[in-house]
Amino acid sequence: MSTVVDTLRLTAEEAIGLVERRELSAGELHAAYLEAIAERDGELHTYLRTVDEAGGPGIPIALKDVISTRGVETTAGSRILAGYAPVFDATVAARCKAAGLSLLGKTNTDEFAMGSSTENSAYGPSRNPWDPARVPGGSGGGTAAAVSAGLAPWGLGSDTGGSIKQPSALCGNVGLRPTYGTVSRFGVVAFASSLDQVGPVAKTVRDTALLYRIISGRDPADSTTVELPAPVELPDGERLDGLRIGVPRQAVALEAIEPGVREAFDRSLALAEELGAAVGECDLPLSFDYGLPCYYLIAPAEASSNLARYDGVRYGPRSEGETYREMVERTRDHGFGDEPKRRIMLGTYALSAGYYDAYYGQAQRVRTLIVREHREAFERFDVLATPTSPTVAFPIGEKAADPLAMYACDLLTIPSCLAGLPGLNVPCGLSEGLPVGLQLIGPQFAENTLFRAGHALEQALGLDLVPERLRT
Amino acid sequence: MNGAWEPVVGLEIHVQLKTRTKMFCRCPAGFGAGENTQTCPVCLGFPGALPVPNRVALEWVVKLGLALGCEIAPRAVFARKHYFYPDLAKGYQISQYDLPSCINGSMIIPLPDGDHAVGIVRAHLEEDAAKNVHLGGRTGRIGGASATLVDYNRGGTPLVEIVTAPDIHSAEEAKRFLQLLRQTIVELGISDAEMEKGTLRVDANVSVRPTGSDELRTRCEIKNMNSFTHIARGIEAEVGRQVEIWESGGEVEQHTYDFDVATGTLTPRRTKEEADDYRYFPEPDLVPVEPSEEVVERLRAELPELPAARIRRIGEALDHERALVLVTGGLERLWEQAVAAGADRVAASNVIANQLVGAGIDPAAVDATELAKLVGARERIPRKAFDEAISRLAEPGFTADPYLAQEAVSDTAALEPIVDAILAASPAQVEQYRGGKEGLLGFFVGRVMKETKGQADARAVNELVRRKLSD
Repeated sequence: MSTVVDTLRLTAEEAIGLVERRELSAGELHAAYLEAIAERDGELHTYLRTVDEAGGPGIPIALKDVISTRGVETTAGSRILAGYAPVFDATVAARCKAAGLSLLGKTNTDEFAMGSSTENSAYGPSRNPWDPARVPGGSGGGTAAAVSAGLAPWGLGSDTGGSIKQPSALCGNVGLRPTYGTVSRFGVVAFASSLDQVGPVAKTVRDTALLYRIISGRDPADSTTVELPAPVELPDGERLDGLRIGVPRQAVALEAIEPGVREAFDRSLALAEELGAAVGECDLPLSFDYGLPCYYLIAPAEASSNLARYDGVRYGPRSEGETYREMVERTRDHGFGDEPKRRIMLGTYALSAGYYDAYYGQAQRVRTLIVREHREAFERFDVLATPTSPTVAFPIGEKAADPLAMYACDLLTIPSCLAGLPGLNVPCGLSEGLPVGLQLIGPQFAENTLFRAGHALEQALGLDLVPERLRT
Repeated sequence: MNGAWEPVVGLEIHVQLKTRTKMFCRCPAGFGAGENTQTCPVCLGFPGALPVPNRVALEWVVKLGLALGCEIAPRAVFARKHYFYPDLAKGYQISQYDLPSCINGSMIIPLPDGDHAVGIVRAHLEEDAAKNVHLGGRTGRIGGASATLVDYNRGGTPLVEIVTAPDIHSAEEAKRFLQLLRQTIVELGISDAEMEKGTLRVDANVSVRPTGSDELRTRCEIKNMNSFTHIARGIEAEVGRQVEIWESGGEVEQHTYDFDVATGTLTPRRTKEEADDYRYFPEPDLVPVEPSEEVVERLRAELPELPAARIRRIGEALDHERALVLVTGGLERLWEQAVAAGADRVAASNVIANQLVGAGIDPAAVDATELAKLVGARERIPRKAFDEAISRLAEPGFTADPYLAQEAVSDTAALEPIVDAILAASPAQVEQYRGGKEGLLGFFVGRVMKETKGQADARAVNELVRRKLSD
């Protein structure tokens, strides 16, 4: 049965059509994806676990393993949560269920979403479907690679400093990091609470909008959420007349941007102008000079706090010790990998008495300036555009031993995350046979504008986003 | 107390609010349920669970703040306070820190020599920790315990912490402040505030200084006191200890002590090797608390007449001591009604505060008119009849009339032989009385009352015994 479906090319919208017209049952569709997973995931390792039966009447979805799923193990890519099966669904998981979607499986992630390559997963790295010797990006590399390899029609990721946008760029699909507060974080294993946002990853901008419509909106269980000011619209226009696109000078001046990435980016801007957009330059000096250091104080500080609950007392594996202290120390020593430990130490230091003001306090003040700088830019522009990642997918192992090089992967995605703004990755070309992503940033709640711009560009670009080596 | 030294005391009070649900989740808050049955992913700190503040608790802290004359912060912020301990599910406690809900208040303690204001530095909201039971240790502490059991039912229940300025200058004053604060809290209906149940907990910061000076010397903290009387004793013991150190040329060192109720002594807590660093930072899972002016004004309008004001008012009509007892015992309404019904002020106060409370009568169930009749007749009717009437005061439809009809034996002719017999049977006591030990009068009167089975008129017996002894 499943052979009738080409999961590599099937969009979520098309899949919904198949099920609605009863050309395919939910169970058959689910089985088709499981078959694709059986075929290709041994190499790619995008899933940590799959679900055998379709749980709903609709199409399947893959969820990043930081999203709590009732009765289905949720590890956040960490040993410290091995065997932990939540007794409740995250709000986003519950909303997917309520929309009829069935859980296909839980996708791989850097441990606690800390990383840009999925190499920090305690369960081994995922691989890029365009070139299995390369990383799929991270932390949501599992979801992004699964969508690109036809192992899921769509999925949810979580983004703290680029964990949706960057893997989408490296795998060649569409990913949205929504405006902070529009998607519930309830039940999402926390990394840095003031930055974490769940968002959709899909093959097309329309699919992304459709999934965002399902998961967004105020949740009484998350005090930081708000109602959307306007309903989500599915984009269908082909023109960009009147759209003002700003290009931050400091972003494109970064030497770290590879020539191939720059070329694809410039071509997509030229195309946008052809479609009627006005492209101009803007300045965000603080955002790009201080965004990264600011992020690497705030995120680890919050992480050091959020990860304090993993003590082996109530859930997860416990290492025995002679005393309470020893038990907790051993549990955490065995349970956490190097990257969480590194960030717990950084964050603990940044919050310590006597250092708080110089580090965490100062970073928060800088963050306020970054928010202001973006707000000013949006007085002149409707969206801002940069490459999503300075590079295409890099070889596994290349940056694994060099945390600073790894942190620099998110140079372009971090500033708008600090400002709480929505960002969309749209594939904009290939460089050396690997996908390049365009990052479109909007003001708060401007998702519809991003979808409209992304959709028009996507249509005009007409890229084949099935990884070349998987095309038949 | 040594007159050369003045105690300087500040109090830290934790009040457990009696909201229906916990501070940040909708688990029921309260005692008596089986261990770990009132829990959920939020109060157990499961991955991804998020706090949602209890709206009632947010209002109640404002109400308390208003009753304590505080400024209500237009913007209060919850923070995370970190430490590792099994009673803390998340590894941090959510507590207001540098921006509390209420600041800069004061509570007036009416004292016999005038009103005394105790500054309220702050009142803030936080969540309670769970309850640990350490097994196998000698001290009931985690050190040396073979196992620790945790009951998370209490974890996450709402607490208000009240911090006073160091404005209290005696153990007695501390006790009075606490009585008044407790009564205020109870009347606001926001907590049972019972020390025995742990819904009211008090730590005292104590230092001393030469009388007349305004310096602040090193203070020590006393914990683990579970009644107002123990708090007063603990403060007295600590003041004594510090005075002795200063007077012998020593230096008081900052430390925390547990007050041992049984021995009345202070035991130092084990010193930690490292200083606490709680790494406070604003709780990113919550938005700031910004009560509207409208809500604050509504809560202000809901405030009842506060106990301190009532003590002052009743104290003027009665006397300060009795007013304090009536108001902090929740007895003053009955007293006012009894007086309105014609009872003597002092007599009514004595009967209510002593006999009524002693008999465990609920003042709210008493008909003040009947009580007033009894108060008026209490010296005329037999003691036994009076006591019985008091014990039945709260019964529905109680009337004093049958008791008022009973007459005490005041006929000297009937009492004289009994008095004579008792005096004759106690020659030693008679001797002592005549030698100046006049306190023995009560002994003789008591014997006569017993002999007459409470039927004798106490005043008449008193008079007769006194006359006989001075013969």
